[in-house]
Amino acid sequence: MSRSQPAGLGRIPPLLLVPALLGTAVVVLPLLGLVSRSPWRALPDLLGEPDVRRALVLSLTTSTLTATVCLLLGLPLAWLLARGRFRGRAVLRALLTVPLVLPPVVGGVALLGGFGRTGLLGGPLREAFGVSLPFTTAAVVLAHTFVALPFFVLAVEGALQAQGERYDAVAATLGARRWTTFRRVTLPLALPGIAAGTVLAWARSLGEFGATITFAGNFPGTTQTMPLLVYTRLQDDPSAAYGLSLVLLGLSLAVLVLLRDRWLRGAVR
Amino acid sequence: MSRLPAVALLLALTACGSGDAGEPGDPGGDDRTLTVLAAASLTGAFDDLAEIFEDAHPGVEVRLSLDSSATLAQQVIAGAPADVLATADLRTMTIAADGDALADDPRTFATNTLVLVTPADDPAGITAFADITGTAYVTCAESAPCGAIARDLLAANGIESPPVSREVDVRAVLTKVVLSEADAGLVYATDAAAAGDEVRTLPVPGAPALRTEYPIALLAAAPAEDLGRAWVDLVLSAEGQQVLARHGFGPAPS
Repeated sequence: MSRSQPAGLGRIPPLLLVPALLGTAVVVLPLLGLVSRSPWRALPDLLGEPDVRRALVLSLTTSTLTATVCLLLGLPLAWLLARGRFRGRAVLRALLTVPLVLPPVVGGVALLGGFGRTGLLGGPLREAFGVSLPFTTAAVVLAHTFVALPFFVLAVEGALQAQGERYDAVAATLGARRWTTFRRVTLPLALPGIAAGTVLAWARSLGEFGATITFAGNFPGTTQTMPLLVYTRLQDDPSAAYGLSLVLLGLSLAVLVLLRDRWLRGAVR
Repeated sequence: MSRLPAVALLLALTACGSGDAGEPGDPGGDDRTLTVLAAASLTGAFDDLAEIFEDAHPGVEVRLSLDSSATLAQQVIAGAPADVLATADLRTMTIAADGDALADDPRTFATNTLVLVTPADDPAGITAFADITGTAYVTCAESAPCGAIARDLLAANGIESPPVSREVDVRAVLTKVVLSEADAGLVYATDAAAAGDEVRTLPVPGAPALRTEYPIALLAAAPAEDLGRAWVDLVLSAEGQQVLARHGFGPAPS
């Protein structure tokens, strides 16, 4: 990269500069507003409240569980979509990405229809084992997985597609079995994509609101995550809501910056 | 909150039409608009009253802007050009009064009490309020008025087992019960009336003492002051009270 570069390379055409600045303002201005309105001095007290601590712990726990579930279920799915040769692959991909475009509240209603007490699976589950999912922490993880899984699957599928099939083919020619090929060749090559997908799923889970409050309810300690607590507080104490939003913002930023330096370089552009 | 721009736009559009025919004391004028800001729980009752009002005042269109009382009070203070404000509690009306937005002193026109609702098939076998101990019941969060009342009623009845969820508003509580996800829920009598056969309704001991009062007031900046007054009169009339009762509201305290 020591060659001299043509003049103007890397400098944005003036016509594109204005929209780019506008786009930055749309994202950054509300964040600045949040920061400027936050009750900085009250933050330590706020963080000391039992409900806030419970919500923080619950959010971190459910996000980590969700990312893990996405990893376990999403990786095979991504492989299926990227490498599998079967009829209906396009349909499967379309179905799996529906939660991306679905309003989260609709997602919550759909989850009730599937896993609720009278739902398609939830009904028989309750009659057979007396298990009821709504209003439990498991319901939070389920709702989060519903919305986060597409992010993970698409990220990892993209990585697998980009990596192509040729190394897999070479491994197969050399006599490697399918599982060995997956474990020793496909998986290591896709690792940056998998890391990116996991972080995306984690972050999406941390911010999830609509599906959670609809499907899992809102109770401190079991289902009230940080976003739900922010919304609840917004009803009667907006200043506390600003403070809690700031905590959430700081948390997600910290994790994204940390992971970006370690794993994500080159994986997410 | 999302209604505000729409309301402002509508009002800007209708303001032109009402200018020429909208002189006070000219109720027969054409194309006039009465704008009523009302708490969301008044939706059904005020829809019915709007029909009655439009029948009695030919050429007048009633526009209802329904939202949470707190949001409406903020809109009124911000100068939303409406004629009448009806809220679901005295506190929010006081906010509007303190902002010098009211033309008259507010008058209480209805009351609402909390009741217990269960799904129609009553999966947990609840026959009295005390039976909710240990069931999967839901209430409002304490940040909402219905949640504060629910907390007091639970305490007054010595019920210590907590709800499985504290929903952000009363509609969410009703939804959880209608969908049979919860065994029971504490909602307003009006919500229970709106749900009809989908829920069973049980009284809550002590609820009448903790009823909420609905005040109504003409706004200081009312573009159609005469129509606003006529609306307040209709709501307080025997006919208006009948409509409100049909939707589950209690009578105005005399």
